[in-house]
Amino acid sequence: MIVYGDYECPFCAALEARLHALALRVAFRHFPVRSSHPRAHASACAAEAAGLQGAFWPFHDALFADQGRLEDPHLWDRAERLGLDVARFDADRRSEAVAARVREDFRGGLRAGVATTPTLFVDGHPHAGRPTPELWRSLGALEPPSG
Amino acid sequence: MPVIAAGTPAPEFTLRRADGTAFTRADLLGHRTLLVFYPFAFSPVCTDQLSLYEEVREDFAEHGLTLYGVSCDAGYSQTAFREQLGVTIEQLSDFEPKGAACEAFGVLHPAGFPQRALVLVGADGVVEWSYEGATPGELPGANLIFDALAA
Repeated sequence: MIVYGDYECPFCAALEARLHALALRVAFRHFPVRSSHPRAHASACAAEAAGLQGAFWPFHDALFADQGRLEDPHLWDRAERLGLDVARFDADRRSEAVAARVREDFRGGLRAGVATTPTLFVDGHPHAGRPTPELWRSLGALEPPSG
Repeated sequence: MPVIAAGTPAPEFTLRRADGTAFTRADLLGHRTLLVFYPFAFSPVCTDQLSLYEEVREDFAEHGLTLYGVSCDAGYSQTAFREQLGVTIEQLSDFEPKGAACEAFGVLHPAGFPQRALVLVGADGVVEWSYEGATPGELPGANLIFDALAA
């Protein structure tokens, strides 16, 4: 399953919490819309920068766990708590390579017709917005990934 | 009446810019224009729609395309909406006679607001492409616009 989301979107955080309980294999793609969520882009770049030090998912979880704290000092604090090299993290999150990575996700989402967050693709089929009870039921019925 | 079809010349109409001046068919000529009809300022889906299009405004500009948001809201409401969203897409008001331009483009919902629709008008004033969402809650992705521009 693929999830297009942004770290400042409350519905994405709620989705994330429920997905955790399902033990599904999830690919997360960044879809930050700056005018709606001013810190979404910076947060996406921070997660990618953490990923360069092998900590994408812990950082991702830490962002969704506390959406009220997404300013720069909060990002540095997360990096420090995860034991990352903070200076390197800070340089990376502002780098063109990381920005390009986030942009690539966003453009890919646009091409796939993503127009709002969260948007889920389950077996290639898009589901925009908050998942319906029917979708949750079908997700619950999916087999957990093996191996 | 369904949304105006590709190949049809754009109708005569008058919309109002934020400063109260008229925006008419003549303003469509000489460049490609996308009219983004949305039901109401501040309704949640429209918010995402205009924010999304704003993200790719430069890509639209590369295609020589100018976007306008169109609704039946008063110009002051549209300006407040635009400023709150932080979007630069100019807003055009179909406030009085209410819905007349929307009617001319075939997008006026019976309940008195525009359907969520997109109308791409070529430099010659002829509609190149149009799209109407199945429901006002459906948000047309930017991919539809890029596909139309490339067609």
